[in-house]
Amino acid sequence: MIHPVSRILRVLQPSAFSLKFSFFIERNIVKLTFELNGNMMEIDTPDDRRVVDLLREDLGLTGTKEGCGTGECGACTILVDGESRLSCLMVAAQLEGTRVTTVEGLELSREGIEIRRAFAEEGAVQCGFCTPGMEMAALALLLGGPERSRERIREGLSGNLCRCTGYVKIVDAVVKAMERVHRAQGE
Amino acid sequence: MTSEPQPLEIGRPEIRGDAAAKATGRELFSADIYPDNLVWAGAARSGIPHGRLVSLDVSAALAVPGVIKVLTAGDVPGPNRHGIIHKDMPVLVDDVVRHSGDALALVLAESREALKLAIPLVNAVIEPLPALFDPESSLADDAPRLHADKENNLLMAAEIRTGDAPAAFAECDAVVEGEFATPVQAHVFLETENGTAQREEDGGISMTVSTQSPFRDRLEVGHALGIPYDRFRITSPSLGGGFGGKDGATVQCLLALAALHSDGRPVRMQWDREENLAAGYRRHGCRMRYRLGAKRDGALHAVECDLIYDTGAYAHLGGEVMELGMEHAGGPYRIPHTLIRGRCVYTNNPVAGAMRAFGVCQVTFAFESTMDLLAEKLGMDPLELRLANALVEGDTNCAGVRLVTSTGVLGCLEILRDHPFRQERGEWQRQAPPGTRRGVGLATVFNAAGYGGGVRDSAIAKVELCPDGKITVHNAVSDMGQGNSSAFLQMAGHILGQEASSLILRQPDTVTAYPSGSSSAGRTTYTYGNALIKACEDLKARIINRAGLLLFVDSDKDLRLVPGKVIHPPSSREVPLDRLASFMPYEDRVCISQYVAPVCEEVPDTATGFFIGFPHVIFAYGAHLARVQVDLSTGVIRVLDYLAATDGGRVINPAMFDQQVHGGVGQGLGYALTEDLVTHEGRVMSKDLGTYLIPGALDVPDIVSIPYHNNENTGPFGMKGIGEVAMNGPLPAIANAVADACGIRLRNAPLTPSRVLKAVMQGNRLKAED
Repeated sequence: MIHPVSRILRVLQPSAFSLKFSFFIERNIVKLTFELNGNMMEIDTPDDRRVVDLLREDLGLTGTKEGCGTGECGACTILVDGESRLSCLMVAAQLEGTRVTTVEGLELSREGIEIRRAFAEEGAVQCGFCTPGMEMAALALLLGGPERSRERIREGLSGNLCRCTGYVKIVDAVVKAMERVHRAQGE
Repeated sequence: MTSEPQPLEIGRPEIRGDAAAKATGRELFSADIYPDNLVWAGAARSGIPHGRLVSLDVSAALAVPGVIKVLTAGDVPGPNRHGIIHKDMPVLVDDVVRHSGDALALVLAESREALKLAIPLVNAVIEPLPALFDPESSLADDAPRLHADKENNLLMAAEIRTGDAPAAFAECDAVVEGEFATPVQAHVFLETENGTAQREEDGGISMTVSTQSPFRDRLEVGHALGIPYDRFRITSPSLGGGFGGKDGATVQCLLALAALHSDGRPVRMQWDREENLAAGYRRHGCRMRYRLGAKRDGALHAVECDLIYDTGAYAHLGGEVMELGMEHAGGPYRIPHTLIRGRCVYTNNPVAGAMRAFGVCQVTFAFESTMDLLAEKLGMDPLELRLANALVEGDTNCAGVRLVTSTGVLGCLEILRDHPFRQERGEWQRQAPPGTRRGVGLATVFNAAGYGGGVRDSAIAKVELCPDGKITVHNAVSDMGQGNSSAFLQMAGHILGQEASSLILRQPDTVTAYPSGSSSAGRTTYTYGNALIKACEDLKARIINRAGLLLFVDSDKDLRLVPGKVIHPPSSREVPLDRLASFMPYEDRVCISQYVAPVCEEVPDTATGFFIGFPHVIFAYGAHLARVQVDLSTGVIRVLDYLAATDGGRVINPAMFDQQVHGGVGQGLGYALTEDLVTHEGRVMSKDLGTYLIPGALDVPDIVSIPYHNNENTGPFGMKGIGEVAMNGPLPAIANAVADACGIRLRNAPLTPSRVLKAVMQGNRLKAED
């Protein structure tokens, strides 16, 4: 008999998440309520289920990636209450009552939209596997305040590894996104 | 915002076709595919480097809740051996374990949690055998034989000889020598090895894998399991990086085996980072001894070198890696007398395979360091020495091959010569903060593209006018991030006059596309691109002709294919492409064309011992300059500025050109400064990216990339592949810069702080005659 790892009880706003099922050995199932990309979620899940697995396998949000599982590469970066966090090092229970944004939720903010656009336009995307995590780290940077130098941007991205780009165009993209947001705010 | 439709155009920095999907997280990688009713598969690996498998007890693993089956060698049909050329790797070990990552058993379970519990419970009794961890030990007369048919543990011994180098040294006015060593490097693609497989109702097996070679995989897996290759359907979505590490079966044989035993359920295998570091392929470590001689005026006269490559437990592409290194061992220079000897040696270390710039980045370190030693001895500027000897078209290279294709190395060196980084280096150097030293270093680089001699480098392109009027390019060469699929869309858009929104690229599927070789060797845009150009030109002619039939126009000459339609300006008649397509049966809407890359027409008689690969005919060239600052109390090397000039023929897309250069330099910086996949008694010491360090955003400067504008007549729109060449520059350029800064000569890579400090404290100065 196959049991679901996490069961969505209710999604309080319409959305299109699909359920993935998997066998579980004895787990402590908890009911969690949290906001995800603007939607209120109520789900049943083992309290120790890794958030990256919850997002990718149970909720079908595969934009968030796993590159190392030990918190070094940043590919799993999401925002929790506006701060960048590593979802491979978080367990489900930590999501209770929080506001979560993943790469799929970038469209919900001006900053997110400009980041996505700039990454594509500036050539900051090659294989694309680090891109979601990198964009979430960039979002945290943009939400954190006014314009920053290239060096400060590099610091803000230093927790996100990229093997393809050499980072130059990623920094270019963040600079461009910052400029556009700044200009839009000035209007 | 323009309302005028804008077809894609060659030469423009068009936004990559895959950028939007990847930037929104919508692009599906192989790792993102989770079919319903999934079975998870994971391998239990030996953990010891050499031994005889006496027994395997899987009962404890089987008893773990959620475990479905545990497969061993007895469950493997067919020969149970795989490999790209040499079929020497077991799918599951049946007799001898040869490295610590050798797979012993395959666990099938309902969840990853169950796998994690079960795998350590697979109980193997292995009788240890004496193990070999370095090539010198393997070559000793009394060393145990790791493969019964390979005497002295030699996978390959080869030689390239032009002129008479041993005698020619007597004619030299200056001779320098040096010994160098380069480390084992891991690819660290962010998407680890993974895939899914399922047995279909007709008994065939379909797989989606993060792979650089979906077509060849069918042959490799089919051979290993005794299944005809055409029973496999393999698709390769966009890869989250490859760099050579996904060339050759990684998960494929195990996945197919699992699919045979999963009762029709889909199976998934995903290596975590620890398994990737322990069991994945890696770059060959290499030891090199060089001797270089020149005339007083700087003309290079003779080079002799001995190269030893550690290929690990199995062959993979070891011989071909060494072959390519040997072809590049004399640098991109005119040297009349060369003697290049190489030995590719088995050890019980994990398997070394293909990695970006394979074979070449090792010798480039040795050769470009030796050039600077020579310059010092001659009292010549290192750049002047290189300018004086750089190859031009028509010259003969160090392998004795006459260059008949574009050779832009001189142009790249001239870009360096004229750049402010070099022009203003004196003042820059004087501004070194207290406690530091600044230095400038150069390296000339080159890297062949294509498979070389003895292997047909071929691709078959398929392009389709779809019923909805859009154009689909059926890609057949995996896109691992280099953007070949975007280049193909740009080529198709350019020829067919269509905008980005009308162009679709379908990633490789062995059923609907055609065999076109692996995504490797800097060949995909070149070879598939050339095939695609022909297919698109055929399709364009056909579309125009069919439109002419529909529009009652008696000749094609005034018909134009424009975004979305065919128009006939003299009569103002036009037909939209979807309407045109509705009159054309499938076969009429599809064009297929093959291209075979050129081979060397005059193969010189200079090489012995190679299997395939010798010689190559198309090379990318470059010249790199690094400006470094060395902290004398910590030994840390900071790269403040980096300049890379590259000859890639014509630049198809300036943004994508720079992407390859930046990325190659970034990976090269890691190779130069921090990356060393250390093994101790055959076991990989790094389990994660906290101990295997790749460059982060603070470690790579703003790389300046300048193309040397050239034209490769044989290339699609004049381009040639540059996916690998930039990788070769950072290590020698930085080593040379450190010598300039501190007067120390580092001969072992990576150039770690402790090595720098040791050399500084010893006042180490490798004199030219040492």
